[in-house]
Amino acid sequence: MAKRFSAILQLVLLLAVGYAIQMAMDAELINRYYAHVMTIMAIFVVGAVSLNLINGICGQFSLGHAGFMAVGAYTAAIITKNPDLILPAIFTGNIRFILATLLGGMMAALVGFMVGLPSLRLRGDYLAIVTLGFGEIIRILLLNWDFVGGASGYFGLARHTNFFAAFLLSIITITIIRNFIQSSHGRACISIREDEIAAETMGVPTTRYKVIAFVIASFFAGTAGSMMAHLTQMVTPASFTFILSIELLLMVVLGGLGSISGSIGAAIFLTYAAEALRAFRAYRMILYSLLLIFIMLFRPKGLLGNQELSLSLLRESFKNLRARWRRKKKDGITAAAE
Amino acid sequence: MAVLETTNLTIRFGGLTAVSKFNIALEEGELVGLIGPNGAGKTTAFNMLTGVYQPSEGTIAFCDAPLCSATKALQPFQITRRGIARTFQNIRLFKELSVLDNVKIAYHQNVKYGLLPAFLHTAQYQTEEVEIEEKALEFLKIFSLDTKKAEKAKNLPYGEQRRLEIARALATNPKLLLLDEPAAGMNPQETQQLMELINFIRKQFSLTILLIEHDMALVMGVCERIYVLDYGKIIAHGTPAEIRRNPKVIEAYLGEEVAHA
Ligand SMILES: Nc1ncnc2c1ncn2[C@@H]1O[C@H](COP(=O)(O)OP(=O)(O)O)[C@@H](O)[C@H]1O
Ligand SMILES: [Mg+2]
Repeated sequence: MAKRFSAILQLVLLLAVGYAIQMAMDAELINRYYAHVMTIMAIFVVGAVSLNLINGICGQFSLGHAGFMAVGAYTAAIITKNPDLILPAIFTGNIRFILATLLGGMMAALVGFMVGLPSLRLRGDYLAIVTLGFGEIIRILLLNWDFVGGASGYFGLARHTNFFAAFLLSIITITIIRNFIQSSHGRACISIREDEIAAETMGVPTTRYKVIAFVIASFFAGTAGSMMAHLTQMVTPASFTFILSIELLLMVVLGGLGSISGSIGAAIFLTYAAEALRAFRAYRMILYSLLLIFIMLFRPKGLLGNQELSLSLLRESFKNLRARWRRKKKDGITAAAE
Repeated sequence: MAVLETTNLTIRFGGLTAVSKFNIALEEGELVGLIGPNGAGKTTAFNMLTGVYQPSEGTIAFCDAPLCSATKALQPFQITRRGIARTFQNIRLFKELSVLDNVKIAYHQNVKYGLLPAFLHTAQYQTEEVEIEEKALEFLKIFSLDTKKAEKAKNLPYGEQRRLEIARALATNPKLLLLDEPAAGMNPQETQQLMELINFIRKQFSLTILLIEHDMALVMGVCERIYVLDYGKIIAHGTPAEIRRNPKVIEAYLGEEVAHA
């Protein structure tokens, strides 16, 4: 009970901090550009943490996470732009936006189910191929759908997203996914990553849990898509392409497959880096590929491995560093003595 | 009552018939050995019994209920839930997970709380997780692994990894336990301890056990009955004394041992 209470207290504190930052932004104490970048960071945290559930926690390999963001973005955009379509007209303003974001997530989850079920029944890399194709199919469908503006995109959305909204969504996503991982259902997913055959012979219905993880992740990707659409006030088929999927994948790999805090850190860092290197935007695919190869070669488990960032981990690595340093010094001394 | 009964179990991989017309019957509480030279098809037989492979022909009945027939085949997790557990020849632990979590997975099949309580960590989640933790710890104690509960499975010494794999299998609460070369890679002392462990769990959990083992002395020592597999076919079946005298066995299997000695 005490544990639960402190968890809730922590959440409330976090939200208070987020809200304070938002107030500082409203008062223009934080410059607009930074406010925009910080909002995007929060949205990418949602994208990366949810993708980590598939690729890191469950050990599957999705290459189409941006496609689910697109599904959520367009679904929500259609709802907020048409005052009496899908949702009755009594829901307006931010309430309509929140409901639209939920429905965007649900639509993405539904599509995730339809994509995931056939490909996750099979062992191996079918999911990577299918999700890769799925992202392209979504893009081409949107290009040819005149109702949402075809190639030129869907414009004139109200600006519902602010930093606090994106921050709130990221906190909800992190909390739910972390709680899930700590449950028996989450353990079932992790056991699949560790050894699928052993998991199955321990009584875990592996296909079911792969699909569950995939659908949950798709849901959050959909909500992130809606957030993004109502930040930039438009969606185009080019908003959520393969490059974005690779960016998200890079965040997950860099932060460490299976580490939630790693994904959060990497999402923040890479969003910042992408902004700082805006001048080299044309080369980012090359950069990302090189970075991916580099990580795979030298740090295949990511920066954090599957560990979570915590005080004890920091203390531990500090101790290791110190011990190593002492040893070096001692080696140096003995070497000199010889 | 027969706990396990197979009829004409056969599996082909392309042109290769790995196991053919495999007929065995296990009575409740028996400890039965399955031996044969390398590549005879022993592990493949286990894979069919646990649903990892679909047999090309034949049926499996477990406690008089079909697990696998021409019209239906249960999936491995369903077979586990019916009460068959196994270990693997090449240990398959969840390496990056703690010793405790390895056992906890076994209780997943009994978990009643759904996804929403998992997302929100509700009271129901808390109660059931506490129960799971207690049960898993109790289990580790039986196997003297409780002091290592927080250790990653991959960091255990080899003998303890084998022990954990058995503990984990038993935590699924099986009626029938299939052990695939549990003594492989062990020294004589570890093997002796393992044999004592097998005898102990057999009584403690009133189990029926089917044991694959390469070490003849060991199988002869503990098993009441033995099936001998060679090139996918059962070539002999009987008590250890009968098996030892069987000329076919001597030719197929013991000959190999003698040749090695
Ligand atoms: N998935 C598979 N595909 C093709 N051949 C297989 C497969 N599994 C087992 N086999 C073959 O079946 C035969 C029996 O193997 P196995 O059951 O592992 O033998 P044992 O456990 O008795 O040493 C071997 O010839 C092996 O190559
Ligand atoms: Mg074998």
